[in-house]
Amino acid sequence: MATYSTNEFKGGLKIMLDGDPCSIIENEFVKPGKGQAFNRVKIRNLKTGRVIERTFKSNESVEAADVMETDMQYLYNDGEFWYFMHPETFEQVGAGEAAVADAVKWLKEQDTCVVTLWNGEPISITPPNFVMLKVAETDPGVRGDTSGGGGKPATLETGAVVRVPLFIDIDEVLKIDTRTGEYVGRAKD
Amino acid sequence: MPRTEPTADSGWRPGAELETLRLRARLLARIRNYFADRDVLEVDTPMLSQAGSTDPAIESFQTRWWGPSIGVSPLYLHTSPEFPMKRLLAAGSGPIYQLCHVFRNGELGRRHNPEFLMLEWYRPGSDHHALMDEIDVLMVTVMEGVCDYVPARRLTYQQWFLNETGLDPWSDPLDAFRRFAQSELASVPEKMPGDMLDPWLDLLVTHWLEPRLDDAPLFVYDYPVSQASLARVRQQPQPVAERFELYFKGIELANGFHELANADEQQQRFEIDNVVRQQAGQASVPLDVQLVAALRDGLPDCAGVALGIDRLLMSIAGLRDIDAAMPFGMRRA
Repeated sequence: MATYSTNEFKGGLKIMLDGDPCSIIENEFVKPGKGQAFNRVKIRNLKTGRVIERTFKSNESVEAADVMETDMQYLYNDGEFWYFMHPETFEQVGAGEAAVADAVKWLKEQDTCVVTLWNGEPISITPPNFVMLKVAETDPGVRGDTSGGGGKPATLETGAVVRVPLFIDIDEVLKIDTRTGEYVGRAKD
Repeated sequence: MPRTEPTADSGWRPGAELETLRLRARLLARIRNYFADRDVLEVDTPMLSQAGSTDPAIESFQTRWWGPSIGVSPLYLHTSPEFPMKRLLAAGSGPIYQLCHVFRNGELGRRHNPEFLMLEWYRPGSDHHALMDEIDVLMVTVMEGVCDYVPARRLTYQQWFLNETGLDPWSDPLDAFRRFAQSELASVPEKMPGDMLDPWLDLLVTHWLEPRLDDAPLFVYDYPVSQASLARVRQQPQPVAERFELYFKGIELANGFHELANADEQQQRFEIDNVVRQQAGQASVPLDVQLVAALRDGLPDCAGVALGIDRLLMSIAGLRDIDAAMPFGMRRA
C-alpha cells in the first residue's frame, strides 16, 4: 500500500480518507515555536465533490489514492452508462450517473472531457470549460435587439437551459462556459 | 545586448518586493540604533556548534567537518544563539543582543522558513515582566511612522485558555481538552497521544486560540511547567514557567524567558529532552556542556527574548507568506 507522509503534501496530491479518494487543495504547516507541528489541509472528496478540512500531526502518513485524470472523448449514452474513449489507446470506460452528475447537461458527442479514474473506474467527469451547443428551443429571436438587456431562456441540444440574449434563434450554435453555465457568445463559424 | 524583457522563468527573482527589502533594512538599522543608544552590546556568536538543540520540538541541521580532529562530529547549525550568548552573560558581558540567521530543519510553510532572521537579546537584572516592558518600548521606537504599535495587552496562558475554551490547563483533565477539540474543531488528528496534555494544548493554541486573536499586540505569559523550555519555574501560587510569547496581528513574533540559571536543573532538562526524543524515535543530541559549566560558575539573573524579524515584517507589511518578507526563501535559495 503506497502512503504519503505529510511532508509530501501539496495541492493536487490524491489520498484516501474515510474510504474515499480525495484531492488536496491546500496544505498549511502550523507549529507553535516550541510545540507540536501540524498540517492543516483542505481536501476535496472526489466522489462527492465536498470540500472538508483535516488536521494531521506532522510526519503522519496517509494512504495514497490510485487516482488518474485523463482526457477522454465522450462517445454515447446507452441509457445507463456514458461511454468515454481514450484518444490513443481507444480503451473505453462507462461512467454511471453518480460519476457524470451535473456534467451530463454539457456532454456532447466527440467532445474531450477530463475523466477521473479511481482504481480504473470513472468517479467524476469534468466537461470542457467551453462547449459549442445548438439551440433546440427558445422564443423566436427579436431582430435588431443587440442590447443584451433582459434575455430569455433557451434549451440546448443536450437539455441544458441557459439564459441567452433576445436575438438568439433556434438552431444557432452557442458558446457556453460550463463552469458558470453562462452564455458567452455565438459560435464563430 | 542587455536583456530588457523579463525572462519566461522568473524563478531567480527575489520573493520580496524591493520596497519590502528597503523596509527590512530600515527596521534593522533602527533596531541597531535602539540598542546602541542604550549601551547594549552587539555580539555575534558561532552559527556552527559542537552541541545542538535538545528541544524535542526543534530539529537542528547537522553538517560534517573533515579538518584536523576536534573530537566531535557532526557539527550543528544553531537553532538560536541562546547558549553561547548565556556564556557571554556568565562571563560578565552585561546586556547583549544579536541579529543572526538561525536554522530549523523540517519547518517550511506560510509562516515558516528553515532559515530565518532572529533578534535575540538579554537583560541582566530583569525578569520576564521587565523585559516585556522593554519589548514594548523597542517596538514603539522601531515602528514609529511605519506601523501603529501600542503597548501590548498581557494575559496569562491560563486566562487565555479560560477565556477561549473555559478550560484550565492547570486543573482540567486531558479528556476535557480532547472533548473540546472533538466538538469544536473541524478535525482532530488521529494519532494524538492519550497520556500527554501538551500536544492537545498545542492543537488548541494553533487551531482555536490563535485564529481568534485580533490584530492588537498581546503578551501571553506564565506557561505550563511542561512547556518551560529554558525558563525558570516559579512555584507560587501554582507552578508556572516564567515564559512569554508576543503576538501581533495574530502572528507569533517572539518568545522569551526569565532565564533558568540553575546548572543542575539545566543539565536535567537537557537529559529529559533526550529521553523524550529517543521515545519519539528522534535522534538524541549532544547537550551543551559548556553552557552547563557557565551556569555552574554563575549566570546573572536575567531575562532574554528571541524575535523573528521576517514575521515582524509580515505583520507590519501585511504579507501573507514569509517568502515575501525575505530576499530568497527556501524554495528560491
